[in-house]
Amino acid sequence: MTHAKDIWVLGDYRNYFQSRVTLQILARATELAAATGGRVCALVFGHGVDEYVGEYIAHGADRVYVMDDPALADYNLETYTHLLSGLAREYRPGILLVGATRFGREIAPRTAKRLETGLTADCIDLEINDEGLLVQIAPSFGGNLIARIITPEARPQMATVRPGTFQELAHDDDATGEIIRLELPKDLPVPRIRCIKSQYQPARNQKLEQADTVITGGRGMGSKRKFKKLFELADLLHGEVGATRPVVYSNWIGHDALVGQAGKHIKPKVLFSFGVSGAIQHTAALSGADFIVAVNKNPNATMMKLADVAIVADANQVCLGIMRAVREKIRD
Amino acid sequence: MINLIACIKQVPMVSELPWDARTGTLKRELAQGMMDPASAHALEAALQLKEKLAVRDSAVTLTVVAMGPPMAAEILYQAMALGADRGVLLTDRAMAGADTFLTAHVLARFVRTACPAFDLILCGSQTSDSETGQVGAQLAEELDIPALGYARSLEWYRQGCLRVERHVDDFLELMEMDLPGLVTVDHEDDHTPYRPRYTAMDGVQSVFEAREVEILSAADLGLAEAFNALTQSPTRILDVYSPTAQKETRLLKGAVKKSVDTLFEEYGKIISGAMGKDLKTHDHEGEETE
Repeated sequence: MTHAKDIWVLGDYRNYFQSRVTLQILARATELAAATGGRVCALVFGHGVDEYVGEYIAHGADRVYVMDDPALADYNLETYTHLLSGLAREYRPGILLVGATRFGREIAPRTAKRLETGLTADCIDLEINDEGLLVQIAPSFGGNLIARIITPEARPQMATVRPGTFQELAHDDDATGEIIRLELPKDLPVPRIRCIKSQYQPARNQKLEQADTVITGGRGMGSKRKFKKLFELADLLHGEVGATRPVVYSNWIGHDALVGQAGKHIKPKVLFSFGVSGAIQHTAALSGADFIVAVNKNPNATMMKLADVAIVADANQVCLGIMRAVREKIRD
Repeated sequence: MINLIACIKQVPMVSELPWDARTGTLKRELAQGMMDPASAHALEAALQLKEKLAVRDSAVTLTVVAMGPPMAAEILYQAMALGADRGVLLTDRAMAGADTFLTAHVLARFVRTACPAFDLILCGSQTSDSETGQVGAQLAEELDIPALGYARSLEWYRQGCLRVERHVDDFLELMEMDLPGLVTVDHEDDHTPYRPRYTAMDGVQSVFEAREVEILSAADLGLAEAFNALTQSPTRILDVYSPTAQKETRLLKGAVKKSVDTLFEEYGKIISGAMGKDLKTHDHEGEETE
């Protein structure tokens, strides 16, 4: 079997329980590999990393390349770039995918440049087209435009993938995979970057980013008192409340709830949007929402055009109406 | 002598984007240009560094470079009005359509030909138009210098060494980098010390009258005659579309109760699926539940 059909996924395991992006990419890679006829391969660099090797196999990897050495104990951009590009030159995979964490977005461009290949940033979907090429689907202008990009000739075809884009496969204890342990190369570069201090500072509350149902409110809710009704609705719908910038500035809710370019990006299965006009800074953060219900008095508001269902009415009335309907419909 | 280079970009003003509502595409030729917000933070970081180093009696030259159409000279005049010593525009039809790989290549040619004795290059961490965040890292790679992304604050630690504080994937890091090197400046941090300063209009005007932006073409940079960014970029854009233009919206008007009922009748499954809880649908009304 040649390697040209193989799909590589860089194992970005730091902060494993917060960032599941490697597992998410592995899930999509198994679907892509069915189309290319290749294997899904994960790469793990580090020290004492067997735990992750097992996890990646349990989540879809057919093969894992491992470099385990005390010299790799810390994430080091220059060392990891050297290892990744070296292996890619040696094995020549057809596709190389990296999670669009900040680390991923530093290592991927350097690696692509060194391998003289293309790279698409922050993909929100990946497909294999009729010619067998990887179609890299990525947003620009804050998600207001979507571009479909290919790398016709250069290899590997590289993309970084936005966390939360794909659903990880269920952990399969019976899954088997090949583990290939590699020696650390002797020609590691002398680091020009040194870490003086690193402190784990977990992100603030992730509830809003991870909620399946999100209720957002804009200035159209009218007042702080009326806005509070959205929390009741959120409780009923098992959702979280987000807000636009004017609402946060009016102190109806804390800055933590800001959904937008300067705030949180959300990806709920259902988004209820009440009294939001749809300024681009806000809508840019909604591109991950699957199904949108918007309520606004103005049928021409941008938010209404983005919605799957647009209800032309007073936001407060509809909020109360939905609460009433849900209370009636909840089974005991 | 310390040489700083800030790479900046002109982007369409997002809040004023003129759209073709039928095709959902951007009418770029009608768009107003502005300095990309991330670039503006990188420029501000460069200006502050220059001011601090000047206090220590070091001579500092700040060169600001942009690649783009002729109208991008505007942001270079703006940068010079803010304190940059030299503004250079890389413009050529052959450069149009460059992806990040070739953009980095053109910038690297500029650094090598026009500014080889640099100490530090500053870039924004991610422009507001294409949002790749790749050019800085790729420029550093081509120049074979170290790079640190997402800098929150910079300190000229000692000659030949920069200290950078940054927040990366839930880790607050203090890093040290040998110079020459490159940093990209984090503009998304709420507490950034590099909020861009105000540009006075008369300042821009006097710079415009008294000083020139240098213009360099592909040939000036020593790029091959056959250089063509559009056809030679390793990536190719198949198409660009607006996700909203394709959406079919179901519009519900009239009495609130009726709209809400319709919502649950037609989409109740989607809503209850997200809740992870069963809801009684219309069909089940009146049924006994246990």
